[in-house]
Amino acid sequence: MTLDLTQVSVTHANGVQALRGVELHIGAGEQVAIIGPSGAGKSSLLNLLGTALPPASGEMQVLGERVWQLSARQRQRLRARIGLIHQAPPLPPRQRVVTAVLAGKLGQWGMGKSLLNLLHPLDVSGARAALTRLDLSDKLFAQCQQLSGGQLQRVGIARVLYQAPEVLLADEPVSAMDPVLAEHTLSVLCRHAREHNVTLVASLHAVDLALAHFSRIIGLRDGQILFDLPTDAVDRERLDKLYANEQLQPSPAPPSPLSVQIPRC
Amino acid sequence: MLTRDTRDPASGPRLLLCLLAFVLLWPGIHFSELDLGVLLASDSQSEMGRFVAAFWPPAHGDAFIELLLQATLQTLAIATAGMALALLFAVPASLLASRALSLSAASRGGQPGYWGQLLRWPVRGLLIFLRSVPEIVWALLFVRAVGLGPTAGVLAIAITYSGMLGKVYAEIYESVDQRPAHALLQAGSGRLTAFCYGILPNVAAELLSYTVYRWECAIRASVVMGFVGAGGLGQQMDLSLRMFAGGEVASMLLTFLVLVLLADQLSRLLRWRLA
Amino acid sequence: MNRLINALLFLCIGAAVVASFAYLGIDLGQLGDSGNLNRMGAYAQRFLSPDLSPSHLKAIGHGALETIAMSALGTLLAAVFGLVLALPAAGRFGWPMQSASRLILNALRAVPELVWAALMVLAAGLGPNAGTLALALHTTGVLGRLFAEALENTPPEPAEAIRLQGGNAVWAFCYGTLPNLMPQLLAYSLYRWENNIRMASVLGFVGAGGLGQMLYVSLSLFQEAQASTVILAMLLLVLAVDTLSSWSRQRWVKA
Repeated sequence: MTLDLTQVSVTHANGVQALRGVELHIGAGEQVAIIGPSGAGKSSLLNLLGTALPPASGEMQVLGERVWQLSARQRQRLRARIGLIHQAPPLPPRQRVVTAVLAGKLGQWGMGKSLLNLLHPLDVSGARAALTRLDLSDKLFAQCQQLSGGQLQRVGIARVLYQAPEVLLADEPVSAMDPVLAEHTLSVLCRHAREHNVTLVASLHAVDLALAHFSRIIGLRDGQILFDLPTDAVDRERLDKLYANEQLQPSPAPPSPLSVQIPRC
Repeated sequence: MLTRDTRDPASGPRLLLCLLAFVLLWPGIHFSELDLGVLLASDSQSEMGRFVAAFWPPAHGDAFIELLLQATLQTLAIATAGMALALLFAVPASLLASRALSLSAASRGGQPGYWGQLLRWPVRGLLIFLRSVPEIVWALLFVRAVGLGPTAGVLAIAITYSGMLGKVYAEIYESVDQRPAHALLQAGSGRLTAFCYGILPNVAAELLSYTVYRWECAIRASVVMGFVGAGGLGQQMDLSLRMFAGGEVASMLLTFLVLVLLADQLSRLLRWRLA
Repeated sequence: MNRLINALLFLCIGAAVVASFAYLGIDLGQLGDSGNLNRMGAYAQRFLSPDLSPSHLKAIGHGALETIAMSALGTLLAAVFGLVLALPAAGRFGWPMQSASRLILNALRAVPELVWAALMVLAAGLGPNAGTLALALHTTGVLGRLFAEALENTPPEPAEAIRLQGGNAVWAFCYGTLPNLMPQLLAYSLYRWENNIRMASVLGFVGAGGLGQMLYVSLSLFQEAQASTVILAMLLLVLAVDTLSSWSRQRWVKA
């Protein structure tokens, strides 16, 4: 098993319990979609799998390792084998796209190569190839702050594709894209996962996309798994129950733009 | 080999920039005779070590404390008196230099007349000249002209700061909404009344806070100016340095730190109170 | 009540001004009497014929280059040391390091450049080297504090994302934090450089090289003609720096 969760709970720093008693087993090469209303704990689950969050209780294994019992050094080495696509990719606005994409392999490169790459991109063709698959190769040398939200998301995906991890976790990877682009991007992700036998777990807002591209669907509500079924077995009734009286939540405020201030004296 | 696929369009400019920086900095190292090793050389280290060792304990004899107090008061007085003189000159000069009080601008949609512009330039030029020569140069000149002592310091601060205050005041007048003043001018009021009723209410807080902030700067400046003989703490510090009296230097540095901190707090209080 | 306090405050300020003049014993009347003014006028007149001989101009050119080099290298050194000290001062290595580096930065910043120059002349001897070191020391304090503030205000998410991919702390800093920080660091360093050119031209008064030393020497030798040329050169230097910085600020920083 690639990802193993046994009775795992997650509590955020502010005391909110995001996941309760989650039981989940995902094998190598599986393609799994996580759906559910906002606030169900989709992001928490993905961050947990991506070793960004420690579990409050329960057993967790990623790629056969007990992540939180490893030394910090071993955990970093493990993390280089996991790729996490963020909903709003945390890319520095002034960084160039090519550097942002090449940063995907930092966990695998040595000291000298990483430092040199900062001054002069060492693998332009690699970055270009990753971006070309997402139809974004013309933005190779643009700055991240010049891109739209959907383009930024694709840069974040390109970075993970370039990283070539064994486990690919995607948190709402296509939320800022139009339907056609979202369709295309998801199929690129799925094809990549199939071709390289990569385990893919993605959380999605759009149920139709999840049903169209993934073979296994997990319904998450209130921090608990409501159903975990092959796509064919997911019916209307279960979906209605999953999304019953969903509350509208305000979207998080966009980060403030970078400003340069100069003091007077 | 650089093929289209691996070329980075930014690498050329980056390389050029590095070369340029290197070409410019290399003679710089020659000109500035930079030698960090001098700090690690044994003889200068031992000499410096002896000097720094004398920093503790700071001098605290009764006579010295008395002297220190006198010097501190003198520093404060130099800054305050210098600012007062500077204001005497800066306020009229800023009124002359500012476009905010142009009669022709009021009737021509904010565009001042050609002649008015021409007349404002000499005043602006004078202000720029006064502030561009560093205050310590003025202090050095005044020490030669009126002799050692605080008078030179007061005059130097008065001259430099009148230039700074005048220029900034003029800019502050121009930065606020001009319509109230223009309306008054068009209604036939005099320039000074138009200024007092149309502009002053809007700018008073900013003028005050800038003045107080400059007073704080003047205190630091008056300490530094003492090194060329313009009185105050700096002059005493210069004397003690020449005599290698580490303890005295230490207590004077401490006094200076306290003075700067107090001035900082006082200026914050005044700005909060008056703004 | 509020008005009363403000009126009292103005009264205090007025009293402080009067007390200052009284304490210093400056008699403006005596200072402005005809004999005194005549003497000052005569002294000022000697500055009206600047020495423009080629040899002197060449010496001034050398002095100006020395001034610029001192300020540039001083600022560069300060930027490097400032960044080194800013990392612990922003709390990257725990609180004991944070308070220690903050203490160092504050101490460096609190002592004015000229005092550092006087100390450095004792340690490193006369000449521009002392001036460069003095500028570097004071500016390290100033830039270190500004850098630390900028570092604290940078969003942490990009660096955390690199950590999650298995990059170590250094790469997280280089790839996640530095790109956002760089423009701010550059702006601060340029601003300090502009300040330092002004300072470098007067550090020579205590023997630390540059134009200031020339001015001090020629005034001590009563060569007013030479001194006035040096003052003109300083004026030109300061004006050039002012124009350049305001132009570059409009051109680069606003965008």
